[in-house]
Amino acid sequence: MSLVLDNINHTVNGDSFLSNINLTLDSGSFNVLLGRTLAGKTTLMRLIAGLDKPTNGKIILHGKDLTGVKVQERNVSMVYQQFVNYPNLTVRENIASPLRIAKVKDSEIAKRVQETAAILQIEPFLDRYPLELSGGQQQRTSMARALVKDASIILFDEPLVNLDYKLREELRAELRGLFKERNAIAIYATTEPHEAMALGGNTTLLHEGRVIQTGAATHIYRHPDTMEAASLYSEPAINLIKGRVTDSQVSLEDSVHFPLDAELKGLPNGEYVFGVLPSHIGLAPNNDDDLELNMTVELAEISGSETYMHMHNEHFELIVQLNGIHDYHTEALVNVYLPTHKLFVFDLNGKTIQVPSSAQKGSA
Amino acid sequence: MAEIRLKSLAHSYKSKPTSPDDYAIREMNHVWHQGGAYALLGPSGCGKSTLLNIISGLLSPSNGEVLFDGKKVNDIPPEERNIAQVFQFPVVYDSMTVFDNLAFPLRNMRMPEDKVHSRVIEIAAVLELSDLLKNKAKNLTADEKQKVSMGRGLVRSDVSAILFDEPLTVIDPHLKWKLRRKLKQIHEQFNITMVYVTHDQLEASTFADKIAVMYGGQIVQFGTPRELFEKPNHAFVGYFIGSPGMNLIEAKKSKGGVIFNNTFVPLNPDMQALLDPITSSNIKIGIRPEFIHVCDDKAEGGFECDVLHTEDLGTYKIITMKLDGEVLKVRIHEDRIVPTKKAYICFPDQWLKVYVDEYLIDIEEPEDEVKEPV
Repeated sequence: MSLVLDNINHTVNGDSFLSNINLTLDSGSFNVLLGRTLAGKTTLMRLIAGLDKPTNGKIILHGKDLTGVKVQERNVSMVYQQFVNYPNLTVRENIASPLRIAKVKDSEIAKRVQETAAILQIEPFLDRYPLELSGGQQQRTSMARALVKDASIILFDEPLVNLDYKLREELRAELRGLFKERNAIAIYATTEPHEAMALGGNTTLLHEGRVIQTGAATHIYRHPDTMEAASLYSEPAINLIKGRVTDSQVSLEDSVHFPLDAELKGLPNGEYVFGVLPSHIGLAPNNDDDLELNMTVELAEISGSETYMHMHNEHFELIVQLNGIHDYHTEALVNVYLPTHKLFVFDLNGKTIQVPSSAQKGSA
Repeated sequence: MAEIRLKSLAHSYKSKPTSPDDYAIREMNHVWHQGGAYALLGPSGCGKSTLLNIISGLLSPSNGEVLFDGKKVNDIPPEERNIAQVFQFPVVYDSMTVFDNLAFPLRNMRMPEDKVHSRVIEIAAVLELSDLLKNKAKNLTADEKQKVSMGRGLVRSDVSAILFDEPLTVIDPHLKWKLRRKLKQIHEQFNITMVYVTHDQLEASTFADKIAVMYGGQIVQFGTPRELFEKPNHAFVGYFIGSPGMNLIEAKKSKGGVIFNNTFVPLNPDMQALLDPITSSNIKIGIRPEFIHVCDDKAEGGFECDVLHTEDLGTYKIITMKLDGEVLKVRIHEDRIVPTKKAYICFPDQWLKVYVDEYLIDIEEPEDEVKEPV
């Protein structure tokens, strides 16, 4: 049992929004669509929901072609970014509304509303109106409405984006729990790689209407097929530096040189792009082969428990992710250490040549 | 230029407040010093917008005083307070050019046109808007519009403070850091008191030298980003700062330490002495997920935990563990081996905090002794 997207193309007024989308999503699976704005996430969800019809291709659910079936006749729920609730109905009636439309018996409705409200921890608010609730409670209400009916497909279009990050943390953790027992196909769209990894599940990386890579959440992070995937799937984005390999050494931007180590010695001479994750660079050397770089700080962004340092030298820019709080003024000079044994290597067409062996160890 | 002082300030939206719960702002005294970069951080509903509106004059407080440079301004209307405000959504006149938008506040003050010109040119250069001066504002991107909004505050030399209310909400994620950098540069250049209101710890910690964390109508800690992380003064700060937040476990006093369920946690003698006279039954121990030490084997003073599940977040992993019925989050580096089923953990003395009635009890120590987190 599965949802199959068979060679979907979608064009509006000559602009291509999706091209050649082929995906199979199994029943009971939790699927994440990760992509920046305009990647095609919402377009794809609208096609699955039946709100729009694809220009080409088929949508097949459990072996049945759904492509021309109207939204009312598909058993689909959707949760949007904005908290969509009926303002003139109580929370209880909001949650009950899809069941009323489906003409479910009153006693059954009461039971299911209660159960769903309990899962989402909004039981105390059932007799209030949505606008009397906090943003988090309003979004829980819209989620409850999506979950109360036994939809075969549940679509979440960036449902947490308008909430505090603390609420996001909590709801995200709950969401995963909610789907453990269900046989529905859940599809969750997000712009944040961090959220995709926190949710786990199967990830489809979308960019400008194309599928870049699919796989388990952390697999793409550690084994990106392309430079584009590596870049889209890291946050802050992976540092990319052009370099040349000659017989015995690597030169980054013709300015920094280091000998070919065990990790890189298989590379033929030529031009490459080297990638290093922001979290792999440190303020102190960890290894003998760490490369010391003198950089100028542009900004130290502090997340509360981590610091993201934006820095540059005359040849390239770097982002460094550090644990704990480090305050540096803009224009401060700093030495950082880049581990040459943790480099990703891409060819000039952006195809991955190799990933660090440490990544292979950590992979699921 | 101004120092903003809040003296015995409180505010209730009810006409006859009876209990402390009726107050959106509970009585507080607070000072924003001249030239500081500050943030007011808290979840929705904590009272931060109320406080912001009181400072800007949109709202008159029910109790206490707002003082600018020692002068009471309670009865002075917003337009006479010399405070500029930058809102979530850029406020620009779409039909005007960028130049005219920036010139607008100055022309309102009837500044001579030659001075208007030189001031606009100067501010546009700081904000990197020089190339856009002739463009109509409606064609700008969201971040450019927000820079114009800021510029309209900065052009006025009589502005003594700028209040920012979630100014980066509408900015594309990958452009946010550039605007954050711009804000910091502006602060360093202009010596204006700036207060940045947000619910986002990253926005607050990146911008501000000192952050006031608001919770339930009170400022529960006023400290540097490092202090909020390493030494949260209130259990809420521990929870709110950091992802995930601090682990907090309810405990009782016991000889030589505290006890929860059947687990005894020893405390150092100094901490024991502080806890000794306490009569409250609201005692919690707190430790951040980053600071829990995972041992390979049963070590002296280690606690045995059940490993419930692990989230792999790429650069690090969050392990959820259960210790004597209490759920704990532990953060480990991506290269560390994840324990399965059972794990042994330790609470390093330096990072184990004790909260009584939600507030930290602490031994005073000189600032320079605070160590780097591992």
